[in-house]
Amino acid sequence: MKRGMTKREKKEARAGWLFISPWVIGFICLTGGPLLFSLYASFTNYNMTSRMDFIGVANYIRMFKKDPVFWKSLGNTLYYVLLAVPASCVCAIFLATLLNRKVKGTPVFRMLFYLPTVLSGVAVYQLWIQLLAPQSGLVNSVLRLFGIEGPSWLADPAWTKPSLVMMRVWALGTSMLLYLSSMNSVSKDLYEAADIDGATFLQKFRKITLPQISPIIFFDIITNMTGAFQVFQEALVMSKNGKGDPAGSLLFYNLHIYDEAFTRYNMGYASAMAWFLLVIVMTITLINLAASKYWVHTEEGET
Amino acid sequence: MRGTEHTVIKGGLTSRKRKKRILDTVCFILLAAAALTVLMPLWFMVSTALKDMDEIFTYPITWYPHNPVWSNFKDAWMSADFTGWFLNSLFVAGFAILGGVLANSLVAYGFAKIKFPGRNILFTIILGTMMIPEFVTMIPQYVLYARLGWVGTYLPLIVPQFMGSAYFIFMLRQFYAGIPNSVIESAQMDGASHFCIWRKIMLPMAKPAIMTVVVLSFNWSWNDFLKPLLYLTDTARFTLQIGLKIFVSQSNTQWNYLMAASCIVLLPIIVVFMCLQKYFTDGMNLGGAVKG
Repeated sequence: MKRGMTKREKKEARAGWLFISPWVIGFICLTGGPLLFSLYASFTNYNMTSRMDFIGVANYIRMFKKDPVFWKSLGNTLYYVLLAVPASCVCAIFLATLLNRKVKGTPVFRMLFYLPTVLSGVAVYQLWIQLLAPQSGLVNSVLRLFGIEGPSWLADPAWTKPSLVMMRVWALGTSMLLYLSSMNSVSKDLYEAADIDGATFLQKFRKITLPQISPIIFFDIITNMTGAFQVFQEALVMSKNGKGDPAGSLLFYNLHIYDEAFTRYNMGYASAMAWFLLVIVMTITLINLAASKYWVHTEEGET
Repeated sequence: MRGTEHTVIKGGLTSRKRKKRILDTVCFILLAAAALTVLMPLWFMVSTALKDMDEIFTYPITWYPHNPVWSNFKDAWMSADFTGWFLNSLFVAGFAILGGVLANSLVAYGFAKIKFPGRNILFTIILGTMMIPEFVTMIPQYVLYARLGWVGTYLPLIVPQFMGSAYFIFMLRQFYAGIPNSVIESAQMDGASHFCIWRKIMLPMAKPAIMTVVVLSFNWSWNDFLKPLLYLTDTARFTLQIGLKIFVSQSNTQWNYLMAASCIVLLPIIVVFMCLQKYFTDGMNLGGAVKG
């Protein structure tokens, strides 16, 4: 029974493989193959042009023991992740909660809140450089209306990362929609029962909404964390020299990889860093998966 | 028991109604404040683009341009090869859309509607590839394209678009899975091949999902910065993103020109988004369905 496919099944199988062949070719050439190549390259002194000698774990030793920039970039990135993920998560839930009350004009508000998400790239970074200008920028001008003298943002090493976080929070549309649609699918009966008990808005939010959408919060945190860990373009365009200044405060992990790979052509070393990044991202996901058992609310019989 | 409960609810109704109205008003005010915050940066961009240099350096800043200089847009556009870069961006985006629709809908059909050995494990691999950071494959891909002699051409930007993307494959497969198998089986009874079914039945039926692929492919291609940065070397071949970066480094203090150019770069996306908003947000919702 198991062996030997019928003629029809064989034909089906051939058609199936033919249909997915674009992806298979892409996977081999652009994902799977490159993964193996960069794993091998990480054990060599590959420089793209002349040499690719096996040097064992020397790149990894250099990374952990001899490259202070590596630790600095890792620290900067962690700082950014720990600031950006909770900030955008909280703001997205807040906006979704407001939208979920379905007051007048909700569709328009939803569209406006989502708009910045489709905008990205150099034009947006350039705009934020203007917004964050210490004297004439919009942010500090608005703060001045409230009598607050704002920091000099992108020029002050202590404020560069909060600057980028602000920009990220501006574009939180994807998370917001995720939360909104999961809030929509929470059973109305739960709220009605709570209403009968005279629960306040905040009580309902804490006791019903939050537990019910916790699987989505969990999903959003993972995707946001892995995404924030790969912060790169903003730092390249918005730091003064494209190298993460002032004071190396925007020197993120991927910027360091980019610099090693494409300005110094230390491809072997950059590959080792890239593989370490892969390990970090996988670890984040696994830790989150393990931790989710303890705090994510799931219905009985649902996985 | 039931009777008393009922009267209690009725008694509390008016005060509850008033409370609801207050809450709704607070909610509306908060939404309006948030909308203002979100829109202010864009307003600032347009307003700066219309100011003359004197007004840009006035302090405290003016909240709207007192003497709007509309020619700033034209002057900024003319001061660099924006027309060429614009056309280049359109060219690349066109292929991104074409490749995105063709490859992803074919692959997704294969996974959704054809039974073949290895299907499930391959689909798990597709989902797994979504986790791989771009930077891990970036270096080997660069080496590959350099060996092929593709650096400096559009090929590294275009060819991968014809090999499908995990995100779209997943999204379209979900959509196809919702189309009943009986539709396909009856077509097969009539002797239709899978290709024919994909072309004549599936593509038309999946139009909303395909539209999502179109708008998102356009959006991502238009905003793409890293690939053009790595692979385009000749100024005449630059896309808008890279061109704008060159323009920035050349016109340091001409903020009005900078903002005018930024406006024009963002305008196509804004227009497409305003017209086809539904398809953008549908895609994001489907993406959220990864959690299942």
